[in-house]
Amino acid sequence: MSTATAEHGHEGQGHDAHGHHEPQNFFLKYFWSTDHKIIGMQYLFTGLAMAVVGGFAVYAFRMQLAFPGMSVPGWGRVTATDYNALVTTHGSVMIFWVAMPVLIAALGNYLIPLMIGCDDMVFPRLNRLSYQLFLLSIVVLFMSFYAQGGGFGGAWTSYPPLAAKAEYNLTPAGAPLWLLAVALEFAAFLLGGINFVTTVMNSRAPGMKMFDIPMVIWMIIIASIMFMASVGPLVAGAVMLFFDQTLGTGFFDPNQGGDPVLWQHLFWFFGHPEVYVVLLPAMGIVAEVVTTFARKKLFAYKTVLYTAVGTGVLGFFVWAHHQFIAGIDPRMANIFSVTTLLISIPVAEMCFVYIATLYGGSIRLTTPMLWALAFIGEFLIGGVTGIFLGASGADIYFHDTYFVIAHFHYTFFPIAFIAVFAAMTYWFPKMFGRYMNEAWGKVHFWGTIIPFNFIFIPLFLLGARGDHRRIYDYTHFPDLMKPGMQDLRILATLALVTLLAFQLVFVVNFFLSMFRGKKAEANPWKANTLEWVAPSPPPHGNFPEGLPNVYRGPYEFSHPDRQEDYWPQNVAS
Amino acid sequence: MIDQYVPNASSFAGQIDELILLITAIVGFWWLLAEGVFFWLIIKFNAQEGVKAQYVSGENAKEKRWVSMPHYATLVFDVIIMIFAVKAWQEVKQTMPQADSTVRVIAQQWAWTFVHPGPDNLLDTPDDIRLVDELHVEKGKTYHFELQSRDVLHSFSVPVFRLKQDIVPGRTIRGWFKPTMTGGFDIQCTEICGIGHGFMPARILVHTPEEFQNWQQAKSPAQAALPTPAEQMGGMK
Repeated sequence: MSTATAEHGHEGQGHDAHGHHEPQNFFLKYFWSTDHKIIGMQYLFTGLAMAVVGGFAVYAFRMQLAFPGMSVPGWGRVTATDYNALVTTHGSVMIFWVAMPVLIAALGNYLIPLMIGCDDMVFPRLNRLSYQLFLLSIVVLFMSFYAQGGGFGGAWTSYPPLAAKAEYNLTPAGAPLWLLAVALEFAAFLLGGINFVTTVMNSRAPGMKMFDIPMVIWMIIIASIMFMASVGPLVAGAVMLFFDQTLGTGFFDPNQGGDPVLWQHLFWFFGHPEVYVVLLPAMGIVAEVVTTFARKKLFAYKTVLYTAVGTGVLGFFVWAHHQFIAGIDPRMANIFSVTTLLISIPVAEMCFVYIATLYGGSIRLTTPMLWALAFIGEFLIGGVTGIFLGASGADIYFHDTYFVIAHFHYTFFPIAFIAVFAAMTYWFPKMFGRYMNEAWGKVHFWGTIIPFNFIFIPLFLLGARGDHRRIYDYTHFPDLMKPGMQDLRILATLALVTLLAFQLVFVVNFFLSMFRGKKAEANPWKANTLEWVAPSPPPHGNFPEGLPNVYRGPYEFSHPDRQEDYWPQNVAS
Repeated sequence: MIDQYVPNASSFAGQIDELILLITAIVGFWWLLAEGVFFWLIIKFNAQEGVKAQYVSGENAKEKRWVSMPHYATLVFDVIIMIFAVKAWQEVKQTMPQADSTVRVIAQQWAWTFVHPGPDNLLDTPDDIRLVDELHVEKGKTYHFELQSRDVLHSFSVPVFRLKQDIVPGRTIRGWFKPTMTGGFDIQCTEICGIGHGFMPARILVHTPEEFQNWQQAKSPAQAALPTPAEQMGGMK
């Protein structure tokens, strides 16, 4: 492979600013490093460790639902207080401390400088600060679990007045600490977002035009902009709620002239764009993996980009579909029902484009490709079931039932786990210079995908039969204990336990491959983007042979003029 | 579809079930088609020795047709769903037919109080019947309800009526239903309201007109104050 390298002007800037020297000791290397790859890895490993916390929480409360009153191995008897705290922990940890750090922070930090061909982020120290704040937010979150009165149990949406007053939620310290943790986490990602956008706009390799940027990078940028635009109202709301909790103000207290529904607007004005904030990077990962393993150019690059922007804009006008029956003016529901159904158009378009990309390809079903394809197949289910909930009339019935839970897990699980597994297996050779074991990778794949469907298809059926959410014990509801319903709950729980057990395969495969795996060359998948130009693993500064020049778009696979079926972005001809 | 498992017991339940059926038919068809094409492509274009992939940019109109046609179809079917969704919504939430009677629903951590108007059919009069966790209504009558909360958010959900409405403290939220089937059904709180959220079951009992009259007679405060015949007998001993 002929690697064109270029010495050019901007090499000196930024890079020297934080020094060429490898940090000397362990503390400096892992707590003070400003290398984007180390920070990215730290976000990745922290996020995955938090997934264990979120996974354990769901294990404990699903066991209670399947076998009410049992002593759950590893937890004990789940009380009603425990149950609410576990549900809250599962929701908030999986969204804020797993999906966000892994999809945005880890991938953004690791991939952006490598894929746009520069040596580091524009603001490396801001980047470091972002991770330190994130770590602090986790410390505060754990404090909330062990605070007097127990962890917060008001659900991840934290609706006041329940969340605002200790006399209602009975967690005088857990609730404010939880809120503080969430606010700190937002601050961390704001810093990261600024960094991502600035870096991509200013530090691209020479020759990389806007439409030469790999799709995953575009998606992270659009997601970062969406995050920064939507999080402001929520942070303001969080401060108000914090004052309500600790100082006795009445922003959301009807007895003092406040309005509880105001919080819901502030929350969902962030909360719904947040769905797209994590969806878009996942879509980006799929674009990279599908094109590489189908050896195909991405179908209609510009269309994907414009639909992503369209999703980003429209995503700001759908939030009240979470509140159709929350006591808002019923006329408003009509507007939000229309915008919500309209957003199916750009999102469906992205799925169509990926399916069209497969046409005429030469598809290799490697582990990363299986994950990427599974993302498309499973996300489609999440997408179409969203129509039931966006249609205001049908939402009256489905709102706050297990149908909603099954729907958003069919979107979030593909986003936060299926796409992330695609990313980790795809970029593993780059990160550690070794291959992951394919056979065990496939065992893990099927051991995850099959139980996943067996968890959530029963939940769709339960939701259709009226099973409502966040209930500690269904035995008090005769209509929810009809024949067969408990069987479905048990099936879902057993499938969950199976899924969790199979994650051990991944963990073992991951760490064994990291040290013992087959050595990988710089470009093991014969892909085109710039991260494959750097050695595996890339050293500090990324491109020891000089920063690359870019001559073409990222998806020039199987070009008729070329012998090889790939054409790296940095190769002159 | 839904009514196989959850009977439809209100005047608008059928309309919501039809909407759900319509959406199922539309998205079910397109979903099966999309997954079918998807799996067919994976099998058809599996890598073969010596066969190079095609070079398709997807940028010209002829190629783009393959995604723009389904794209327009999505729009058309979205509009159809919107029309029926908004119609069902308006029937349930935006119209208030003339009421035969009004009941008040008061939610608190963690119980329901149902205030029935009593024989004079007026709320806030001495003959109101207040019951905890039990709402009695008459089949075929149109009811208005007034939802109030004493503390946090709750939600008044009657799955057999396909009716759900959150209850916001500090407000009275009104709505309506018309039961069309007799029997006893669950009322559920569907908004998390604290540690007792799972222990807030209530029942709605839909009576025939005669049964309802008898129940109302028996429960009227004036009648209830008098000892029952059995108690009188007991007193004689």
